[in-house]
Amino acid sequence: MYGPRPNTPLRRTGRPRPPADRRARPGAGGPVSDRPGGARPVWPRAQSGASDPVPSYLVSTGTAQAQPATGTVCAVHDLVKTYPAARGRRGAPATPEVRATDGICLDVRRGEIFGLLGPNGAGKSTLVRQLTGLMRPDSGGVTVLGHDLVRHPERASRLIGYLGQESTALDELTVSLAAETTGRLRGLTAADARAERDAVLGELGLTEIAGRPLKKLSGGQRRLACFAAALVGERPLLVLDEPTTGMDPVARRAVWAAVDRRRAERGTTVLLVTHNVIEAETVLDRVAVIERGKVIACDTPNGLKERVAGEVRVELVWRDRAPLDVPEVAALRASARESGRRWVLRLGPDEARAAVAAVTGGAAFAALDDFTLATPSLEDVYLALGGDATKGLVKS
Amino acid sequence: MRVRGRAGIEQEQRQVTSIVPGHAVTGPVRATADGRTGTPGDATAEEEAGPAPLAPRARVFPSLAAVYRAQLSRARVARIPLLFVATFQSVGIMVLMRGVVDGGSEARAVVAGSSVLVVAFVALNLLAQYFGQLRAGGGLDHYATLPVPPAAVVLGSAGAYASFTVPGTIVTAVAGSVLFGLPLTHLWVLVAVIPLSGAALSGLGAALGLLAPRQELATLLGQLGMSAALLLGVLPADRLPAPMGWARDLLPSTYGVEALSRSFDAHPDWAVVALDLAVCAVVGVLSLAVATWAYRRAAVR
Repeated sequence: MYGPRPNTPLRRTGRPRPPADRRARPGAGGPVSDRPGGARPVWPRAQSGASDPVPSYLVSTGTAQAQPATGTVCAVHDLVKTYPAARGRRGAPATPEVRATDGICLDVRRGEIFGLLGPNGAGKSTLVRQLTGLMRPDSGGVTVLGHDLVRHPERASRLIGYLGQESTALDELTVSLAAETTGRLRGLTAADARAERDAVLGELGLTEIAGRPLKKLSGGQRRLACFAAALVGERPLLVLDEPTTGMDPVARRAVWAAVDRRRAERGTTVLLVTHNVIEAETVLDRVAVIERGKVIACDTPNGLKERVAGEVRVELVWRDRAPLDVPEVAALRASARESGRRWVLRLGPDEARAAVAAVTGGAAFAALDDFTLATPSLEDVYLALGGDATKGLVKS
Repeated sequence: MRVRGRAGIEQEQRQVTSIVPGHAVTGPVRATADGRTGTPGDATAEEEAGPAPLAPRARVFPSLAAVYRAQLSRARVARIPLLFVATFQSVGIMVLMRGVVDGGSEARAVVAGSSVLVVAFVALNLLAQYFGQLRAGGGLDHYATLPVPPAAVVLGSAGAYASFTVPGTIVTAVAGSVLFGLPLTHLWVLVAVIPLSGAALSGLGAALGLLAPRQELATLLGQLGMSAALLLGVLPADRLPAPMGWARDLLPSTYGVEALSRSFDAHPDWAVVALDLAVCAVVGVLSLAVATWAYRRAAVR
């Protein structure tokens, strides 16, 4: 039997008291505004002594945070879409009427990376389909750059660059031809489409695989190729539906760098659909949390997290099972969310301290495999807001 | 704030978001973000300045050419189903029929029917499947979110599928003529038969694929259409019972078969050949128009 290493360093790097060495190096602390415009600050490395603990794709998109956001690029008000009830057939049970978007209101400002966060089935994609003119809302309005897209859905394609979740239309094309054809269909001349294709493929590091069909690529590469196609033929608003799904860190970094560049150089606005809370915290300027077709909160990631700032997340991982014979552990169980060996608790600071003391001492210690204390993430915000995060949200 | 036990990779990643001093992140953002969800009445500076200019539409012919070229390139990846299967099938049928039929008008019907069957297999069956799959898999969204005229997508795809039939049809017609001892003199008529029956059948295939409510139905309809072309095209007309004869007259591929079959005469009646091909052309125009309408309908749900 092994307990947790007794010499595990217990560090506190709390927000109110940043470590001295960090404070001494302004500019190393994230997207601080004294950076030259256009430069992409990289998040500082954690100090755990591991070789490179911070994934390189977590690049801050801080450029526009220094610019004042002006004007509304995309305004959505009272958007409602109801899927009719389906009658049950043999083998398929009847489904009741579903309000996929239920009175959604949003404002996306120029140059912003605005996120729609929510679990699968929350209504994100339905909302996006209505924004891009693919689906007519039952009621409500969508205005993009002064154009009423409910009345003129055909204008959406001339204002918005869209990356959907599916690549069926491009699967059998080579990366190069997929990008070029998409550019042509966005109204570029042949020469312009070729030039933009080359530029975008170079920018995203796809030049080497330009001659390979999308079908033969890995999921992440294919996604990156589709992203490349979405960028050819400039648009002032990009709507990206889970763009980094399946991508490795290098590809993710390429995506966010490309987004950042367009934002810095052309003021491009990005509407991003994600169910990845880590990505949401890292790249978004503002995020709307969607649950069952409604916006349950809309703020900056940090603004949202401040709503639950009084709480601490405690994660306990037991070796086999929780030692319920220890009274302190049995008491904790009431407030824990259990999944297998893992317990997640949201506690006040004092309770958290007591809980850690209880499990790191005495009989419970031998049964403990790992534990973490952390400030709340967007996932905790989502839970606190009443969302049902046992499904759908991803942390990676 | 974070106190850590044994570290896993996940925790290391998550640390990124919490180790940064809070004020450094929130400061600049909070200056511009007030956290409200918007209402239609606010922040209308953009609207007051007037709507932003729209990017240009893609014009019909350049985008048709782009779709055609892209679709044509798919033959490199899906060579076997798009180019070879239909040819093997038709040549196989002719070899089979060689034992049953010995020359005369029946041999012409077999060769002409087998050749046009290649067109039916690819342009009708495979195109119906392709559009059915594209529609079911959300692939139409890609085109629907680009400013491209629906006709360009439908005509470009139909044209490409009609083009895939060219090598197979020529190989089948030549092989059949040799096999059954028919003259090769007037095979140049394929120059008109392939595009016109191709237009008719690919229009039909596209319309079926885009109108079918489910992908499986699109596949089924494509298969049925091809089977009908096989049965009613390859079997000599005068041996069919009357109702089958009427069905034969309704099928657009029949007129391609008739045109090709007549060209095996020593002195073909070119007026009748032209009439047959004109029927193909009319069906082609109509079915492509229906397919374009079906595409519009399928793209915006």
